[in-house]
Amino acid sequence: MTASARESDRPRFDWLLALAVVAMLATFVRVAYFTPVEARQGLAQKIFYLHVPTAFIALYVAFAIVGLTSAMYLWLRDERLDRIAASAAEVGVVYMAVVLLTGPMWAKPIWGTWWTWDARLTLTLFAWFVFLGYLILRGAIEDESTRSRYSAVLGILGTLLVPFIHLSVYLFRTLHPMPILLKPSRPSLPNDMLLTFGMAFVALTLLFVALIRIRYRLAVTLDALGHEEAAEEARVGTLRPHPIR
Amino acid sequence: MIVRTPPGILAAAALIARKDLAIEFRTRSAFLAALTFSLVAIAIFYFAWDATAVGAVDLAPGVLWVIFTFSGLLGLHRSFGVEEADRAIDALLASPIDREAVFLGKAFANLAFVLGVQAVAIPAVALFYNLPLTRVLLPLTAIAVLAAIGLVSVGTLFSAMASNTRLAELLLPVLALPFFVPIVMPAAQVTARLLQGRPISEAMSWLRILIAFDIVFVVACALAFPFTLED
Repeated sequence: MTASARESDRPRFDWLLALAVVAMLATFVRVAYFTPVEARQGLAQKIFYLHVPTAFIALYVAFAIVGLTSAMYLWLRDERLDRIAASAAEVGVVYMAVVLLTGPMWAKPIWGTWWTWDARLTLTLFAWFVFLGYLILRGAIEDESTRSRYSAVLGILGTLLVPFIHLSVYLFRTLHPMPILLKPSRPSLPNDMLLTFGMAFVALTLLFVALIRIRYRLAVTLDALGHEEAAEEARVGTLRPHPIR
Repeated sequence: MIVRTPPGILAAAALIARKDLAIEFRTRSAFLAALTFSLVAIAIFYFAWDATAVGAVDLAPGVLWVIFTFSGLLGLHRSFGVEEADRAIDALLASPIDREAVFLGKAFANLAFVLGVQAVAIPAVALFYNLPLTRVLLPLTAIAVLAAIGLVSVGTLFSAMASNTRLAELLLPVLALPFFVPIVMPAAQVTARLLQGRPISEAMSWLRILIAFDIVFVVACALAFPFTLED
């Protein structure tokens, strides 16, 4: 191993993660102390600033990244695309878990129930299942190229599946509030709250990118380790007993 | 010397389907297992609800399609599982036929398997749940075929993938079940409307979802299949 490679192995200061953490802290302070309390829902509404941006990033951004990089991987066969898809899926699962946890916390005081089989809740739950399946599939395959190909296939099919689940669950009636920001007319949110929401959105996006970057680096290290072990094995013969297939 | 030309895609698919069905017909292991499973499950489901509170007619559609899904998975496991022994899959891939034909052949065999189980399970549900089967037989058969096409296309692809992983048959339900949501929901909704004697026009949106799913996923899975085989 060369000196420069050793140099890059040393943990570096992750400025992006630091920035994301600072942004998150600032957002929490603003949500807690500098944003007006909503008239009808009271303090419970504050969870909106975490729940809604997280849901948007998890359901749209993470899924779009996985679908797109998966399709491009099958075309270009660039392992970097596979690593981005894997990283986005893993961070997406965490974000979706946050959505699925904060949702019931908000629903209990406002709707009077922890869970309801409303269209958007159901959609999020099933999208989460697809992502979990994706990660389990990755964990079950040792060969790198097989793993990349299989997960790319699942990533593409999963992206195709979401509109179908969306259609199916919307044929059932929905309790969930209709969008108040992403609609043709002006967002129906007071300026104070809109600013807080914007801040939360930026902070959570920064965190999302920072986490993907960390996970991506981990994938690079793990792959390199795998290659080194394979090379070592080829040089001195079998290092570990191979599992019987 | 006899020069043989490789068969066309449909002829090759038919050959592979015939091979799989011959294996299944001679061993009958998976088919009997799936059939028995269906009958046992139909009987057990009846006691899972309070029969005095929920009418059998309201229960039947859910029971029918949940059992359809799980018995289908039993058959799909074997689809590529049988090729693992002695690496039979290598011989299949070395043969001069398109990968898409392998997929179609496997899918045809699985379709016959799933519909075969359904041919017994649907009358059994009608018998045990006291359903007016003769009145709804034709539309119900059509829905069973539509649902089976969707289930088999996704299931065949995932069976090929799952058989190549460390988790093998454990992985198939984890991967496939979320994909069966847009199959089971419309099928159960349409069946419920049929059994209540409502006109089919009331369930058209559900039927459209089911048909669209079939079209999109048959094409997508056939195109994606070659990527699961490489080397």
